[in-house]
Amino acid sequence: MNPAAIIARELTKRYGELEAVRGVSFEVGSGEVVGFLGPNGAGKTTTVRMLCCFLPPTSGTASIHGLDVRERPRDVKWLLGVCPQEDNLDPDFDVLKNLLVYGRYFGLPGRIVRRRALELLEFVALSDKTHVPIQALSGGMKRRLILARALLNEPRVLILDEPTTGLDPQARHAIWTRIRSLRAHGTTVLLTTHYMEEATQLCDRVVVMDDGKILLEGAPLDLVEREVGRTVVEAWNYGEEFVHFMRALPGRLEEVGDRLYFYPKEGDHIERLFEERFPHQERLIRRATLEDVFLKLTGRALRD
Amino acid sequence: MRAILRNVSLRSLRVWRRDLDVYLTNWKTEFLPPLSEPVLYVFAFGFGLGSLIHTIHYEGRELTYLRFMAPGIVAVAIMFWSYFETTYSSFVRMYYQRTFDAILATPLLVEDVILGELLWGATKAVIASTIMLGMLALLGLVTWPSALWVIPLSAVAGVLFSALGLVVTSVTKNISSFNLPMFLMIMPMFMFSGTFFPVSILPKWALVIAWCLPLTHVSYLVRAAVLGWPRGPLAVSAVYVAVLAVVLSALALRLMKRRLIQ
Repeated sequence: MNPAAIIARELTKRYGELEAVRGVSFEVGSGEVVGFLGPNGAGKTTTVRMLCCFLPPTSGTASIHGLDVRERPRDVKWLLGVCPQEDNLDPDFDVLKNLLVYGRYFGLPGRIVRRRALELLEFVALSDKTHVPIQALSGGMKRRLILARALLNEPRVLILDEPTTGLDPQARHAIWTRIRSLRAHGTTVLLTTHYMEEATQLCDRVVVMDDGKILLEGAPLDLVEREVGRTVVEAWNYGEEFVHFMRALPGRLEEVGDRLYFYPKEGDHIERLFEERFPHQERLIRRATLEDVFLKLTGRALRD
Repeated sequence: MRAILRNVSLRSLRVWRRDLDVYLTNWKTEFLPPLSEPVLYVFAFGFGLGSLIHTIHYEGRELTYLRFMAPGIVAVAIMFWSYFETTYSSFVRMYYQRTFDAILATPLLVEDVILGELLWGATKAVIASTIMLGMLALLGLVTWPSALWVIPLSAVAGVLFSALGLVVTSVTKNISSFNLPMFLMIMPMFMFSGTFFPVSILPKWALVIAWCLPLTHVSYLVRAAVLGWPRGPLAVSAVYVAVLAVVLSALALRLMKRRLIQ
């Protein structure tokens, strides 16, 4: 048996002149939680759509538990649970009926679907909404229902495309709790996100994409340490003298608008150094995060 | 042809079943139009127009205008109910509700979705024409048992007009664009297909065009069944409708597949 749940080799998607995904190769191990990060238009969703058999790759291959997405789409989709980016719950049915009809698409017997549906509504805390029309659900409830729907066929691999975009903190944490519990049960998860905190909280490994290519991959904290170190200094309302002083220190200096970012090679003594030389300089010394890695790799320019 | 049929399977009935479930949820409002429509037509055209026209010559016999027109509105209903289902309704499911996207995340394939929609459009034609037949029977305008032929006929013709609807949907960018084929194709067909007057009174050139329109053959066949009056080359019309149903279905599968996989 192949221990990898997902294998992609030189996966490419071209639309005429535009190359949305340019030959990405990666693997996701069984039971692993992997996050795909990248600015808008980086090719994350296109990659995901190819894995879900929604889009045929222009070239390259992808397989789920050894089944090729192009050759065996029905079998591949049996193994997958998919949470799409946009809400596509069926507005013609209530909450429970959404799950029952979805289970029927899989050809699962009605009795089994009903039992699983009720269990899953419990799992996503929607048991009291069983017969509520979809239109009456909040954004967070809809997301939870979509998650429940994706779990109906007991998938081995869960694919979540921006599972918490647009949700309030409570709703986001509610989704995170569920994903963690699924991970604890050995479900493989591939998710895309714009939220670095989400990636840090949930993922064993992150893959950073931009411009249709994979820039970097690794465990979140390793990546931070490797790419930006441990500490970041942010300063504002500073003068020339301070900039000169910072330039002399070993590390990387970046000026963005009215803010100075400094990524020191050696962060241990920086606090004491400031206390001695610039005790009144407005500043923030904090731990480096995945967001610093992300911005370093993909730049600070706006993406539309 | 083989490539088109490759992924066609009975699983499409799961998509058909979804549409049926929605229909049954709203059955009260769904049943009303096919019940009331024939009554409206019969009053407006039958009694209103019929009081001016009285009798009409059709296939060498004389009959009241009301009896002539009644099968015409059944034929029109077959076209409207299936065509509307796979244009406006399918477009809403595809574009606004993203229902097809949700279905495609399950083991169902694009072909299952398209065929399910096609079969559902045809089913609506069968339901509507059956209800209307019942209503017209109450008004004493139907000959039994030959009128029962309308049911299988509405199934085949329903596939034809559903497929036509899907072909239109496959090239439609937004919902208001449906107006164009509506006024250029469906409305002329509605009026000039032997539905409200015999095509034989048309000038020669228009007659040729009229016999190319699928609805002309459908209303010709429906009229023969409802009047219990099997005259003329019925088999030719039946074959024409069946062949067109198959050809348009294949085209619908091909074009909708291109539309859905982007």
